[in-house]
Amino acid sequence: MKMAGSENKKLIIEGLWHNNPVFKQVLGICSTLAVTNLVLNTMVMCFALVFTLSLSAATVSILRNFTPRNIRMMVETLIIAFYVIIVDVLLKAYWPEMSGNLGPYVGLIITNCIIMGRCEAYGNSNPPGKAFMDGLFNALGYSFVLLIIAVFRELFGMGTFLGFAVPYFSGPYWDKWIIMVMPPGAFFMLGIVVWVFKSIQMAKEDKSK
Amino acid sequence: MNGTSQLSYAFVVFISAIFTQNILLSYFLGLCPFIGVSREIKAAFGLGLAVIFVMTSTSLLNWVAYHFVLEPLDLHFFRFIMFIIIIAAFVQFTEMVIERYSPTLYQRLGVFLPLITVNCAILGASLFMVIRDYTFLVTVGYGLGSGIGWFLAIIAMAGIRQRLSNERIPRGLQGPGITLIIAGLMALAFIGFTGVLQGN
Repeated sequence: MKMAGSENKKLIIEGLWHNNPVFKQVLGICSTLAVTNLVLNTMVMCFALVFTLSLSAATVSILRNFTPRNIRMMVETLIIAFYVIIVDVLLKAYWPEMSGNLGPYVGLIITNCIIMGRCEAYGNSNPPGKAFMDGLFNALGYSFVLLIIAVFRELFGMGTFLGFAVPYFSGPYWDKWIIMVMPPGAFFMLGIVVWVFKSIQMAKEDKSK
Repeated sequence: MNGTSQLSYAFVVFISAIFTQNILLSYFLGLCPFIGVSREIKAAFGLGLAVIFVMTSTSLLNWVAYHFVLEPLDLHFFRFIMFIIIIAAFVQFTEMVIERYSPTLYQRLGVFLPLITVNCAILGASLFMVIRDYTFLVTVGYGLGSGIGWFLAIIAMAGIRQRLSNERIPRGLQGPGITLIIAGLMALAFIGFTGVLQGN
């Protein structure tokens, strides 16, 4: 039992920090970066990603002994698409407004490389429970970086947080940085976030040497 | 709508897909290969060409599949799976045809074709086409324009990165970091085209 605990802990740290999908692997940013101009949109999108990634990694892992080797990719894509469709249909039914805001980006989770990457790299050769944990924490590691980006973009660009006005930033003294809510802002923010986190990691590595 | 105005609308969509609404720089689609393969111009060129070809063809195929199969059957939610299967099958098919008939072209593009199946820009173009309700003719312009736009962006980035390889860049910023910052600057430059066209 203790053994399993420490292994889970390792998976958590790997997914959230050492092997973080965004700043370590720089994978799968396409479908989500686009919606980081509002924190609320990002939260919904990240939730969809956590759901899809953890469950599809587990499913791939359950089916790993029955899937013929040469059609593996196709099966994985279909499994991922299955979960994405569930998210899409649910959003359309219960939150049509949000579904409209996110547009095609919910569907694009299917081609998000990080999901395929985790299914291939981990789900394919590990038991379901571990694959689920790995997927879950990779997705959470991904979400926390994107939420940081979203918070800064919304705050600087519109002076709000989750739609509520933030004192000072929404006042007359703060010149709103329109650039932050436009596409270049997302690129700059992501570049800066990658820079900061990588530098921290490198500094730690140097110290431990 | 009559034929001529359709054609001019298709042209407007074509131009705006290249410049003002660039699929990479304003919709963030296809970022993974953009960062991964933009290290040298030659590879970027091959991948870019393959993307133009696959994007144009699959968005047309998907248009036909959506309007003649999914819509009459009222199976809209099924489109993700349908599109992905069509794209994967088309890429596989193209690979086989090129390998059979043009070994030289295969040597150039062959490596990039499998990469394209998971390129989100391809699926993204098809999904945008459905959401914006484009007609067949407009879809031709949109698919081709998006492909060319993506091609332009990756070529420009590869050129810049080749120059950068001799520059001194802070350690944490090397690789993806600096690529993203440059992409931001490029996106800024492309925003300058807004206003040239008032079409969507």
